[in-house]
Amino acid sequence: MADLSLDTSGVTASPRGRRVRGYWANVWNRLRYDYVTLFFLTLIILIILTVIFAPWLAPLDPNKSSMAYRLKPVFYKQFMLGTDEQGRDILSRLIYGGRTSLMMGILPVVFATMIGGFFGVLAGYAGGKLNMVIMRSMDVFFAFPSVLLAVAISGSLGGGLINQLITLTVVLTPPLCRVAETSTSQIRSMDFVDAARASGASTLSIIFRHVLINVVSPVFVYASTLISASILLASGLSFLGLGVSPPTPDWGLMLSTLRQSIYVQPLVCALPGVAILITSIAFNLVSDGLRQAMDVKA
Amino acid sequence: MSTATTTERRFQTVPPGDPNDRGGKAQPMLIVENLRKYFPIHAGALNRRVAEVKAVDGVSFAVLKGETLGIVGESGCGKSTLARLLMHLLPKDAGDLIFDGETVGPGSTLSLKDLRRNLQMVFQDSYSSLNPRLPVEESIAYGPRVHGASRSQAKKTARELLDKVGLRPDLFGARYPHELSGGQKQRVNIARALALNPRMLILDEAVSALDKSVEAQVLNLLGYLKRHFNLTYLFISHDLHVVQYISDRVLVMYLGQIVEIGPVDAIYNRPKHPYTRALLNSRLSMNPNERVETAPLVGDPPNPINPPSGCRFRTRCPHAEAVCETRMPSLGRSTDRAAHLAACHMEDPASGHSLAGPPATSLPPVQIRQ
Repeated sequence: MADLSLDTSGVTASPRGRRVRGYWANVWNRLRYDYVTLFFLTLIILIILTVIFAPWLAPLDPNKSSMAYRLKPVFYKQFMLGTDEQGRDILSRLIYGGRTSLMMGILPVVFATMIGGFFGVLAGYAGGKLNMVIMRSMDVFFAFPSVLLAVAISGSLGGGLINQLITLTVVLTPPLCRVAETSTSQIRSMDFVDAARASGASTLSIIFRHVLINVVSPVFVYASTLISASILLASGLSFLGLGVSPPTPDWGLMLSTLRQSIYVQPLVCALPGVAILITSIAFNLVSDGLRQAMDVKA
Repeated sequence: MSTATTTERRFQTVPPGDPNDRGGKAQPMLIVENLRKYFPIHAGALNRRVAEVKAVDGVSFAVLKGETLGIVGESGCGKSTLARLLMHLLPKDAGDLIFDGETVGPGSTLSLKDLRRNLQMVFQDSYSSLNPRLPVEESIAYGPRVHGASRSQAKKTARELLDKVGLRPDLFGARYPHELSGGQKQRVNIARALALNPRMLILDEAVSALDKSVEAQVLNLLGYLKRHFNLTYLFISHDLHVVQYISDRVLVMYLGQIVEIGPVDAIYNRPKHPYTRALLNSRLSMNPNERVETAPLVGDPPNPINPPSGCRFRTRCPHAEAVCETRMPSLGRSTDRAAHLAACHMEDPASGHSLAGPPATSLPPVQIRQ
């Protein structure tokens, strides 16, 4: 058989051959030159570090009120970003408030990804009746607008950190389940899954080796877009009084209480909104960059 | 690809020392008995089963050791369903599959996992049959890993096989499928199928998606691998020239049934069934003076949900008579590799068809009827 080497004949091999590079190394390689994504990724890391080290970074006590300094403008004495209606330092409250807001952005998405991903992959791979039971149950949640659903659940559970976490997880699970189910059933119908079955592999082995590896990137990307939505939703709930209870600082709650003073100190009152805006834009742009970097054919 | 090649020269026998051989030389590698697969069609609010597509309907044949059995037929005649049934990727509705003398499944001596080590398949779509997120050598190494090989051992097997299919392991092993051409991907697929050291390969349209020059390379590769690994092939294709080139025996399918089976030269030189004749007449000739002016066959194949009574080909057959409508012609049974059988009333003197005569003495080999 003389022609066996035909395919390689025109190709020059590099002397060291090709280094086996993992998938994530390839993703990083593409991400490295995406400066917008890198900038906002850095910004997110900075925000996270800031809220983690809040006790050291916050200039003043966020809960210390003082009637003498109510609603002061930006750069008033020691209050760099002014004060709120109880004379508390806005900058310190923003730094501490980021703790609740970021936690409400990230934790529900993590939980929802685990729960929704599990049921989505199960439904997508099993198909048939199980798929119908799982997906139709998810459709029940889809029937409500997400804000309305969140308000309804939050209203019945009551306020507080844990209840808000549960509410947001419940609201975010169905869309993640849908994404996981769709990409799983797409992968399920590809020939390489049949080829894996034909090689005698068990279902679990096929799911872990062949299905999850292909499902993880669309789910991951979608989950990262939900972080900003979750932050906004959490702020909305706090704004309505269904989130954390005062005096705990929280961006949504701050926006809500400062709302009445918008004509007195417009700039100061807008600051919590600006914090929400910057954070959610950063998460959105990073997830967009990740989507491009994780596209295997890019 | 000339018709003058004789079949005998290409026949191969199992070498005496094959350690995997269980049933002996004379035992066919695979016997298929009355295999049937109907796909249900659900409709309506209650999702009731309203009809079924008779994709494979009572198919019986044998694949002999060391041969290449070609399966041809129009699109939708059940070729690929048959392949998936043989691989147990689809559950069969009825029928038996006997691999080297053993049935498969619980209660029998051959487990499904053992069968799959011995019987592998190359899929048509070389793109979707490789995991886009795995380097190709890991795709190849997956099968051995499943069957208990160590990581390094599986990788070594994978790299050896890449070399065998003509891809340099150091150059191609770490690549992802989207970094390979169609022909290269199909070579990887072949290597993957060989990774478990199978005795038989099902090639489902394995070269159909490739362009002609690459197709020729892959066909040569298949020939080389067959000799090197003592393989038996079941080669499914709609390309009559390719089937003629690679096959020892040919099986013609129409609407989920076998219409004719026999040695490649007998089928191509002396087709018995009118459908086979029409199929062969539809081939394109290399000689422009021999162009086909009229269509050898008109109309579409009937709907497999509701196939014609009697002979399924009668609606398009120029020789159809009353008997064709009432009785289904039977294909004889024979495991003789020289047997040339056709499911047509004109081949059966007892059928009552006006064109059925005593078997013509000029048409060797003699038919073997049950």
